[in-house]
Amino acid sequence: MSSRDDILRALRRAGPPPTPVPEWTGRAMRFDDPVSRFLETVTAVAGTPLRVPDLAAADAAVRGLETWRRARLTATLVPGVGRSSLDLDAVARPQDLRDLEVAVVGGAPAVAENGAVWIPGSRLGRHRAVFVIAEHLVLVVRAEDVVHTMHEAYQRIQFERPGWGSFVSGPSKTADIEQALVIGAHGARSCAVVLIG
Amino acid sequence: MSGSLPVPPGQHPRAAARFLAQETRVRRHDAAGWHLRSNRDRGAASVPEWEALREAASAIKGHVLSRLADYLEEFERNAAQNGIQVHWARDGAEHNAIVHGLLAGRGVTRVVKSKSMLTEECGLNPFLEARGIEVTDTDLGERIVQLLGEPPSHIVVPAIHRTKEEIGELFYRRLGTPAGLADPTALTEAARHHLRQKFLDAQAGITGVNFAIAETGGVVVVTNEGNADMGTSLPPIHVACMGVEKVVPRARDLGVLLRVLARSATGQPSSVYASHFHGPLPGGEMHVVIVDNGRSAILARDAFRPSLWCIRCGACLNTCPVYRRSGGYSYGATIPGPIGSVLSALRNPRAHADLPFASSLCGSCSDVCPVRIDLHQELLAFRRELAGQGLVPLRKRLAMKAASLVMRRPALYALAGRVVRFLLRAAPWALRLGPGAAWARQRALPPGPRESFRDLWQRRAAGGEGGTP
Amino acid sequence: MAPTVGLFIPCYVDQLYPEVGLATWQVLRQVGADVEFPRGQTCCGQPMANSGCAAEARPLAERFLRLFERYDQVVAPSGSCVSMVRHHYRELLGDRPDLERVASRTFELCQWLVEVRGISRVEGEFRRKVGLHRSCHGLRELRLGRSSERVEAPYDKVRQLLAPLRGIELVEPSRPDECCGFGGTFAVNEEAVSCLMGRDRLADQEKAGAEVITGVDASCLMHLEGLARREGRRVEVMHVARILSQARLS
Repeated sequence: MSSRDDILRALRRAGPPPTPVPEWTGRAMRFDDPVSRFLETVTAVAGTPLRVPDLAAADAAVRGLETWRRARLTATLVPGVGRSSLDLDAVARPQDLRDLEVAVVGGAPAVAENGAVWIPGSRLGRHRAVFVIAEHLVLVVRAEDVVHTMHEAYQRIQFERPGWGSFVSGPSKTADIEQALVIGAHGARSCAVVLIG
Repeated sequence: MSGSLPVPPGQHPRAAARFLAQETRVRRHDAAGWHLRSNRDRGAASVPEWEALREAASAIKGHVLSRLADYLEEFERNAAQNGIQVHWARDGAEHNAIVHGLLAGRGVTRVVKSKSMLTEECGLNPFLEARGIEVTDTDLGERIVQLLGEPPSHIVVPAIHRTKEEIGELFYRRLGTPAGLADPTALTEAARHHLRQKFLDAQAGITGVNFAIAETGGVVVVTNEGNADMGTSLPPIHVACMGVEKVVPRARDLGVLLRVLARSATGQPSSVYASHFHGPLPGGEMHVVIVDNGRSAILARDAFRPSLWCIRCGACLNTCPVYRRSGGYSYGATIPGPIGSVLSALRNPRAHADLPFASSLCGSCSDVCPVRIDLHQELLAFRRELAGQGLVPLRKRLAMKAASLVMRRPALYALAGRVVRFLLRAAPWALRLGPGAAWARQRALPPGPRESFRDLWQRRAAGGEGGTP
Repeated sequence: MAPTVGLFIPCYVDQLYPEVGLATWQVLRQVGADVEFPRGQTCCGQPMANSGCAAEARPLAERFLRLFERYDQVVAPSGSCVSMVRHHYRELLGDRPDLERVASRTFELCQWLVEVRGISRVEGEFRRKVGLHRSCHGLRELRLGRSSERVEAPYDKVRQLLAPLRGIELVEPSRPDECCGFGGTFAVNEEAVSCLMGRDRLADQEKAGAEVITGVDASCLMHLEGLARREGRRVEVMHVARILSQARLS
């Protein structure tokens, strides 16, 4: 008898009678202006929101960031926004991205209740490490992709299978030392969110 | 059980007394926990439908346990389609052997690990280290306690029991930071540099699993630090360890669960990263190890099954007035606090017979639990369990038998009451001896009125004032 | 015919705090209740049940049902004892119609005044600064008020009875409903934690300005008063029944 069989048998014997799968029928919070709420929440999670009218303005906003101006090694996965100082596809190993200073990445949907942006792996190019290994992260989203809550976000998301995707909400942080909030743990030290529209 | 716990099990009252004897330490620990509780309150209050969400989260978890084997098989099927290799472990020993086998078979000697209470439970780190595999815990709190050679004392904030000065001293010794540096930002920066090299050099990343999605065959790992993502996007091998109870039916169920998880843990509307893994890195491997280790036994028990709903948010620890004043180590268990007390007692009632009694049954834990586990009721139910198994101290059982006997005979009760009241009035020192000592050491005795209420009632009734006092 | 009310005076109130029993009776009388005190009563069985000794608690639960089943309502000045009857007798006796009948008609005093009698006017005076200690059973099991953990519209049945008193100043501690640490046998089993919890409550209430600490459970108050006297604190500790017995309720 394999462990698998033993475990499944034990679980079937032990479990209560099956019940139907519950559906969330509750009334989830909704915002009068979800886009504004999204931007406010980004600030609340220590991100830097920037609202711009179009792609060209997004490009200008990114290039105007202090972190961008000081950076030598940058990468963009969003055509038209910022530029890559290296050919990401030619990078052999993800570890070779260790000195990347700014990564510009696009995502959708963007969630107003928590300032999170869904980034599917397909938007990260050859190495998905790019979004977490870069010192500074810039997320580019569109206003029409803002949803109110996670319920709606999951309605819109289609997992790439096989694949990977992640909600990212603000820069990395920790409060493990005396509950003092420190921005910048192992992931990006800063997270600018450029919202187009 | 992980490594060596600093306090052996079964000693909560004594260990707690030692912990809180140091006033600055207990003040700080209590304030730290209450701070998290307050943040949680703010986070919860920002969601008008919070109580409905808790109900929904509870319902999802309750439902999953009613079809657990089916969902795990569905998960396995879909995970396999994603190129994920699924393994099954009956217990901690099998889990450790499987993980070790995977790593050793691929020549891995350097591993990074993000937070997983399951791997703590199984004692994975010492197992791997004894076999020549370096394991670096990458969650900052976990790394701190790892360098200190201690187990975590909280499931979300592992080093909550340490001051920044102590951590500064540790980093001075182990990471070469300047002596006397105790600023959290600077210390975190030092840890970032130190751990970055570990991530870059790692040959495999081990993570826990917050949720496994049956419908799509993926696993979700959430962090604030990004350590799970660093640990799984750099090395080509990802090993994810999960308890059987972590599976959820569908992606949309995460909408409910992720909305309550971070808010309950720290009050944030979400964790910084919530990564959904549906396969290995290109050219890499991904493994999921599904572990029972006593969970099927808990599943069989109606009264305690809800403890398997736990999503490891830590809210019950933060709100527990006892945990905050006694510290995680006084529990002598991998997971302390209210949920830890239930899970540990279930695993080993004899060793942990003290834990269901390390609670005033205030019920705050039950009110904060995002999946509505009736924790304080489970603690009470477990006391019955212990009494039934003869694991309640004889002294206490005899006292209760005697008390019950007296209470069943009103005349005897009235007499006993008269005696106690007399002693309180005339010879309180007698009551401060023996069992009374535990009361009277720090508290004044109650008054000893001449007449009990029933005496008064009796007297006035006899006095003929309309039959009532 | 006015409903008959069986007065349940918990064992420790009967023996150690008879004035609380008297005050409870006075309040019931004042609102016109037809009150009886069945003399065979002793203890609800909570200490035994909380020690896990169900076998010792069970006969006391049966006794309680027999004594009180004849009344339309049962009222007690104790949140924890009432919670024992309403919520925990089921664990000892199973689902039974006679238990269900009695349990559903057993009330803590403030609960009864607000939920059953619909008291909305409280005329009287209490010129003191009062800190309300929100005992856990009353709060989180009887739901006498919104616990601070929950997200819902606030309500507080005890506070609403005290607030109208002339001259009363109700103060709020920084932790509105943290446990005092009595917890029954917890008070002696876990002496150190229990006493620290109680001292913290006292400090919190005093910091908020409380001159009097009140609540619905004499057990919590006994523990708090014991600690207060030992610490030399001047704060007074008074069961809510004693404050209400000085007022006119309608």
